[in-house]
Amino acid sequence: MTEAQIMMESFLQSLAAGLLVGAIYGLMCVGLAMIFGIMRVINFAQGDFMMLGMYVAFYAFTLLGVQTIFGSYVGPYVSVVVAAPVLFLFGYLIHKLLISRVTGLRTAALEGEGHYAQLILTLGIALILQNGGMILFGSQLVSVRTPLSSSAWELGPFWGDFVSIFVNKGRIMASLFSVAIILALWFMITRSRLGKSLRAAADNPEASTYVGIDVERAHRIAFALGTCITAMAGGLLATNYPFHPFVGLEYVIVMYAGVVLGGIGSTIGAFWGGMAIGLVQQLSTLVLPTQLQNSVIFVVFLIIVILRPQGFFGRVVERT
Amino acid sequence: MAFLKSLVPFFGFVAAYALVAGLVENSYYQLMITLVLVWACFGLSWNMLSGYTGLISFGHASFFGIGAYTTVLGQVYFDISPWILMWVSTAFGALAGLLIGLPTFRLRGHYFALSMLAYPLAMLYVFEWLGYQEVTLPMKRESAWLYMQFEDHRWYTMVAILMLTAIVVITRQVERTRFGMALIAIKQNEAAAEAAGIDTLLWKLRAIALSGAIAGATGSFYAVVLLVVTPASVFGMLVSAQALTVSMFGGVGTVWGPIIGAAFLIPVGEILHAEFGSRIPGIQGVIYGLAIVVIIIAAPEGVFWKVRDLLRGRAASKAIQADEEATAAAGPAAPPKDEPGAFQPACSKRKISGEVILEVRGLSKSFGGLRAVDNVSFTVQRGMILGIIGPNGAGKTTLFNLLNGFLKPDSGEVILKGQNMVGRKPHVICAAGAGRTFQIMRPFARMSITDNVRVGAYVRAKSESEALEFARRAIARVGLADIADRQASALTTKQLRLMELARALASQPEILLLDETLAGLGHSEVNDVVNVIRGLADDGITIVIIEHTMQAMVRLVDHFVVLDHGAVLVDGAPEDVTRDPQVIEAYLGKKWRAYAQG
Repeated sequence: MTEAQIMMESFLQSLAAGLLVGAIYGLMCVGLAMIFGIMRVINFAQGDFMMLGMYVAFYAFTLLGVQTIFGSYVGPYVSVVVAAPVLFLFGYLIHKLLISRVTGLRTAALEGEGHYAQLILTLGIALILQNGGMILFGSQLVSVRTPLSSSAWELGPFWGDFVSIFVNKGRIMASLFSVAIILALWFMITRSRLGKSLRAAADNPEASTYVGIDVERAHRIAFALGTCITAMAGGLLATNYPFHPFVGLEYVIVMYAGVVLGGIGSTIGAFWGGMAIGLVQQLSTLVLPTQLQNSVIFVVFLIIVILRPQGFFGRVVERT
Repeated sequence: MAFLKSLVPFFGFVAAYALVAGLVENSYYQLMITLVLVWACFGLSWNMLSGYTGLISFGHASFFGIGAYTTVLGQVYFDISPWILMWVSTAFGALAGLLIGLPTFRLRGHYFALSMLAYPLAMLYVFEWLGYQEVTLPMKRESAWLYMQFEDHRWYTMVAILMLTAIVVITRQVERTRFGMALIAIKQNEAAAEAAGIDTLLWKLRAIALSGAIAGATGSFYAVVLLVVTPASVFGMLVSAQALTVSMFGGVGTVWGPIIGAAFLIPVGEILHAEFGSRIPGIQGVIYGLAIVVIIIAAPEGVFWKVRDLLRGRAASKAIQADEEATAAAGPAAPPKDEPGAFQPACSKRKISGEVILEVRGLSKSFGGLRAVDNVSFTVQRGMILGIIGPNGAGKTTLFNLLNGFLKPDSGEVILKGQNMVGRKPHVICAAGAGRTFQIMRPFARMSITDNVRVGAYVRAKSESEALEFARRAIARVGLADIADRQASALTTKQLRLMELARALASQPEILLLDETLAGLGHSEVNDVVNVIRGLADDGITIVIIEHTMQAMVRLVDHFVVLDHGAVLVDGAPEDVTRDPQVIEAYLGKKWRAYAQG
């Protein structure tokens, strides 16, 4: 195997890893984009919503008997589907009981349009979820185990007898699921009446109320939907990576970076933003020590945002 | 003197705090007492940037961490005392502020907030990779004092009290001078601040440098107190979050906020940790989180403002009521009342000189394929009132944005008093004598009219007292002198419009650009504002005013420029313009043109 072939092989391997993990990051980001893009609320608890999704999927799989009914191959994905409505309801209630008190029309008179209150409220919720999670679930690492995650397909050889890459079957499944969820969501947003009202509420909340859209309700559904989507991403991630109650902190930043890169307000942009983060993270290991993997994400993020503040898919709207 | 007086409550607090601290011998509780002050200082650092400018930073741990690592590494490698390293950390913090601020201030709102998050996290991994996972300060048994290593923990508290005092004095000093006014103006409306003659980038950089310096010093002291530094404990997201938490909990934009927040949250967190942490790990975090959630729902703007509003609430609402009755009885203070619709010649005692104060030559600006302003030329003579009218979307506001420097034209010239202003920043153009108001008002709700207007005065005023004097005069000219101390949040639309006008006036402009000053006003209110504007013109200020309704304008202006689809449609005297078939068509459509001619 020549030097070039070795390089090619590790490049392709990293590229594949980046695409696979990027697809899941993308889904997480889409979930956040539903909340951040539509309501413009910075939700620090989004990572913890994802953590909840992981645990609900985990307990559905182990305690509720999804594993015994569907087996270890299909079971983990069924658990993700089981977790979705649970987290939808959770998000719905969190918005109704807490978030709605510091967002929407009520905040017009508040300092900084209520942003300060929103931030600190979601920080408080994040603290409760993390620590409550530790009490309820314990702090040891768990995962939704599927045999797929410990086997791989070999692709190649691409270059003579060499240069072949291994892709983990579990990750492939998770990525495919992720893409399927996004396609379904995209269809819903662009075609359905609900989707239209969500987009209208995002674009101009005030005008939306004039044309008879219940913005409060649109926000509540967006919040619930965003929670549910990120939670599903969490469930998919849980089939490949072990997790603990504080896992949200690691991902919430990835999510925001992805959403900002994609352009605030663009749902599909958020997916590509998340994908970009996954690729940068994996490809950076080719040239830099693994420890700096996360630093590279942030540096690339800063460079892109400063050069193109509106993100890949955003538009500049500024009025005096 | 007034300044010292305003600090009396703070000195009272500090004295009481020092007294209590002096009585506590238990070193665990003493540490807690010290940490309250540390986080209060850090909160004040955050408040300096984010509280006053409104640019929320999620990344204040950058400065904190740089300060902490400067101090530990400085002592470990060079054996320098923390007494000196604290100042080095302060300088590094300020430098980091400038380096981070320079690129990041290109961003606004959420983009700024989230980008700030990236800096400390990037640094965190770099410090880990460099092998500084855990750095301990070497113990100095012989010359402990020289190395700020006190056996009696109360000394740390005393040092922290000195630090806090210094920071509070600095913050108060900033608050009451043009520095603070500039930051607050940026918070309410950056564009308006720039138009009021404030060099926004410069002031933001000063704020972040000062904020970084304070955070650097605080981080340095934190390292000395805890003796050990890890990347997560100084660069971690929770550190940045702590600054936000104490400030927002206590109240943003006041020195008291971070102090109240730290004094409540830090002990609660620590005590919960000590009491319950060992029995049910995590319960302390849940209770702490719940406390934050409950209080922020009850007081979304923080404890300080809630308490203050409660205390002032009753008194203020009574005063306003009494006031309104008085105004209603007295009627509008403004001079002669015009009958609505009556056609009065615009010039009364006004002299329009031949001197051209503003000349616009061939100005064009496109957005994508849309020519928003298309080859516009006109001249304004000193002393005249020029009305720019046109239907919605005709390019009026874009034209103003080109005139005062928010936008750069694709081609053409803007000549103000003989100088080409194209490419100059808005604050430079303001300093050159062109003031402006905005279609969308954004007053600083908690500030008095006087303070709102004072912001506009700094571009000309050399001292604080002169700024106040300019503000007073401007307020008197628009007729708001009686209510000058009233909070902006209690004003009517008309009063807000007049306040905006006063703010523009405070910069002592020679020419005023007014963007839809009459929008949203009732019939008699329009007359009052028109009279004020006329009064200004009588005093020799040249006025260019945009409106899309012609009615009120006809009675006000000497000359019209009618815009349609970005281009000048007609340019002429009011009588001629109102009869011009092209103008009627642009406004009402073709159908009416026939009527007008018939």
